[in-house]
Amino acid sequence: MAYTEEELKKELETKEYEYGFYTDIESDTLPKGLNEDIVIAISKKKEEPDWMTEWRLEAFRAWKEMEEPEWANVNYEKPNFQDISYYSAPNKKPKYNSLDEVDPELLDTFKKLGISIDEQKKLTGVAVDIVMDSVSVATTFKKTLAEKGIIFCSISEAIQEHPELIKKYIGTVVPQKDNFYAALNSAVFSDGSFCYIPKGVRCPMELSTYFRINQAGTGQFERTLVIAEEGSYVSYLEGCTAPMRDENQLHAAVVELIALDNAEIKYSTVQNWYPGDKEGKGGVFNFVTKRGLCEKNAKISWTQVETGSAVTWKYPSCVLKGDNSIGEFYSIAVTNNYQQADTGTKMIHLGKNTKSTIISKGISAGHSQNSYRGLVQVNSRAENARNFSQCDSLLMGNRCGAHTFPYIEAKNKTAQIEHEATTSKIGEDQIFYCNQRGIDTEKAIALIVNGFSKEVLNKLPMEFAVEAQKLLEISLEGSVG
Amino acid sequence: MDLKDKLLSSFLAFENNVDLDHPVHEVRSEAIKTFEEKGFPSKKEEAWKYTSLNNLQKVDFSIFPKEENTLEFRDIKKYFLHEIDTYKIVFIDGVYSSYLSETTHDGVDVCLMSAALTKPQYKPVIDVYFNKVASKDESLTTLNTAFSREGAYIYIPKNKVPKKPIQILHLATGNEAAVMLQPRNLIIAEENAELQVIERHQSLTKNEVFTNSVTEIFAAKDAIVDYYKVQNDANTASLVDNTYISQKDNSVVRVHTFSFGGKLTRNNLNFYQNGERIDSTLKGVTILGEKQHVDHHTLVHHANPNCESHQDYKGIYGEKSTGVFNGKIIVDRIAQKTNAFQQNNNILISDKATINTKPQLEIFADDVKCSHGCTIGQLDEEALFYLRSRGIPKKEATALLMYAFANNVLQSVRIPELKSRINKIIANKLGVRVGFEL
Repeated sequence: MAYTEEELKKELETKEYEYGFYTDIESDTLPKGLNEDIVIAISKKKEEPDWMTEWRLEAFRAWKEMEEPEWANVNYEKPNFQDISYYSAPNKKPKYNSLDEVDPELLDTFKKLGISIDEQKKLTGVAVDIVMDSVSVATTFKKTLAEKGIIFCSISEAIQEHPELIKKYIGTVVPQKDNFYAALNSAVFSDGSFCYIPKGVRCPMELSTYFRINQAGTGQFERTLVIAEEGSYVSYLEGCTAPMRDENQLHAAVVELIALDNAEIKYSTVQNWYPGDKEGKGGVFNFVTKRGLCEKNAKISWTQVETGSAVTWKYPSCVLKGDNSIGEFYSIAVTNNYQQADTGTKMIHLGKNTKSTIISKGISAGHSQNSYRGLVQVNSRAENARNFSQCDSLLMGNRCGAHTFPYIEAKNKTAQIEHEATTSKIGEDQIFYCNQRGIDTEKAIALIVNGFSKEVLNKLPMEFAVEAQKLLEISLEGSVG
Repeated sequence: MDLKDKLLSSFLAFENNVDLDHPVHEVRSEAIKTFEEKGFPSKKEEAWKYTSLNNLQKVDFSIFPKEENTLEFRDIKKYFLHEIDTYKIVFIDGVYSSYLSETTHDGVDVCLMSAALTKPQYKPVIDVYFNKVASKDESLTTLNTAFSREGAYIYIPKNKVPKKPIQILHLATGNEAAVMLQPRNLIIAEENAELQVIERHQSLTKNEVFTNSVTEIFAAKDAIVDYYKVQNDANTASLVDNTYISQKDNSVVRVHTFSFGGKLTRNNLNFYQNGERIDSTLKGVTILGEKQHVDHHTLVHHANPNCESHQDYKGIYGEKSTGVFNGKIIVDRIAQKTNAFQQNNNILISDKATINTKPQLEIFADDVKCSHGCTIGQLDEEALFYLRSRGIPKKEATALLMYAFANNVLQSVRIPELKSRINKIIANKLGVRVGFEL
């Protein structure tokens, strides 16, 4: 099919958000606004112990004193924190033992999302902890995991059942007062995932959670805590889609990873929240704090594909505390229309012989702004630290922007740090070459973008790689201008 | 009284000595207001994240030197590039020294800012160029603008080339305990003109000096400007150098910054491309030791199509020194076919040295070639071994490798005598004498 550029652009712009739908489930929603009473009410609703309530209040008090950060290269109308309801849970639960008991309406939603639970259960071997409107309603494969001693449940469940682990680790990597949004999350987080891999255990399957935002005017405050004990391994997947909505929705998640000696955590994200329409109206605000701590010989690897959200503000980081620890960051960030993304990573080298790799691919189209912001810090005691960073940007059309803000701070003479960045566009000659060989322009662009992002796509687990490639195509195909 | 208040009250005294009816004074009053509002930049500002002026603000600087000082040429000869004949504009404690200088009005104007700001024949040029490219809201620049009275004034008319390079030398005698200097330079190369300038700030004693300098350079169509900054000052001298460059079609401006000394040096180097097919080159060699601190803060603003910029900064940091590089390239939407290149390589040779680097790209056009590369590393052990296995002592071998490292930058220096002078300074700095020049 011979498209002209104009047609392509039009088609892309008018392409509605594919996963935009809204499930009508009665929600148990708290009144809008935020004060100590609300924080206590959330804690009560979740039947949390007193120390947890106190922990939340501490965070809330710190949050009140903080100011919203403005340094990121994004412009947006600031959310009114008093106009958000901080808790909403699907009403028609108790927890189900089998899928038949689940509200059919909910199952329908999952089908639209393409996560047929039973199918996933049987075919892919992925245990899915589905988070819908902040409360987990279905956890599968718990048994298989339990045999190995792996705990994989919602964080509220973990607070009830494994308080000693929560008490020991929560807030150790991302303290309550870390930043504005982390403090907010610590105060009001409604649910999230908890994962504990015991010593020496290799998690037999990819653990995964799907987050969704539902219910108008509800902010989503997820909290994820992954603990890999000595010598263990886990690969964790996180994917998101959100229903279409006119007003901006706020999402401020916190993810903490703890990799103890010799452990390895692989954390992959595909993020496809509603980016707003082609005029830039609506869309999700995604302000996330993700950080991992590596002890001796440990390794943490972040992989992310960011295609959604109106505004993204996200820096998955690694604190390389132990000697010989390794941090990796692979990212593809795609922005189209009026999306804005300010994303990157922080690699803090504290231990000796620590290594980090950063590969970041930014693709901007339409009127979007795409920024890479990263920090590589080598402390004075981090002998033989090694870092390699590469940031490539691809621009489509001349109304978008690509920016790089790398910060490199070295305090040790044995550090070896490399950083390189390039900015380019899809060459007309490349497209012409493909056209010559009978590949239409749209396909050619998909091909080139896929090639451009290959280094990162390769790092994704199989289940996600396919989905991610699809996402790239949806978000970009033919948007060359 | 802190330095800001002192400066503000000094401004009133300053006003007694300048022509208040001159249009430039309006610019000054405007600027002091901005400075009053902004004050000195703090580390909270992104642009000053790695460089603090707090210690400087605690020093009781005298804003206007009380007495005029004279120096003998033989005492300061070594600070000049004396191997070749040059025009010279020399200031001692901020005051022009006619005895040491050699200016000209023969076809080109190589003279003084104070003359240009007061004499009517310069007024048309001042009206068009003065404070036109310098920032009107950067606090230290506005501070300089407010006190702008003296400095170098160079005007090269259309199709002219001055007979010899121009040296601008700022000397501080240290006759007063601490002195603050604010030279203001204006350099204009009209169409198809060409010139070479060497600028140096030198303190002669251990007394504290704080120089806040602003230089505006205008390169008209087809003009070529070579500007060399030699910074090898005493360890009690601090320098904030603000250079603003405006370029028109086909012009070429090359700025080389050689930073080997000083207590705190901050180079704000800003290129604005206001035409097509422009070439901007920014290069620097930094070799530091002791507790020195150098901050290179560059900006290249590509506002038109088909332009190029080349940036190459090399740094070697020893002892407790700190190096900062912050390079920003902005490519506007209309600036298609831009070719922007930025490189920053650093070597740390001591455990206590620090380097903070932040190369930034902000790109709004799609048909561009922009890249930046940045490395921090050590000298190649194998190369070092190779040299030593051939009988070259470790110290010399290290120096050779460092020479090689910095050589890329030196290659584009177009005054051979300056190049060999820089080589000598590098050799001195590294404490070796290799028998040949690179």
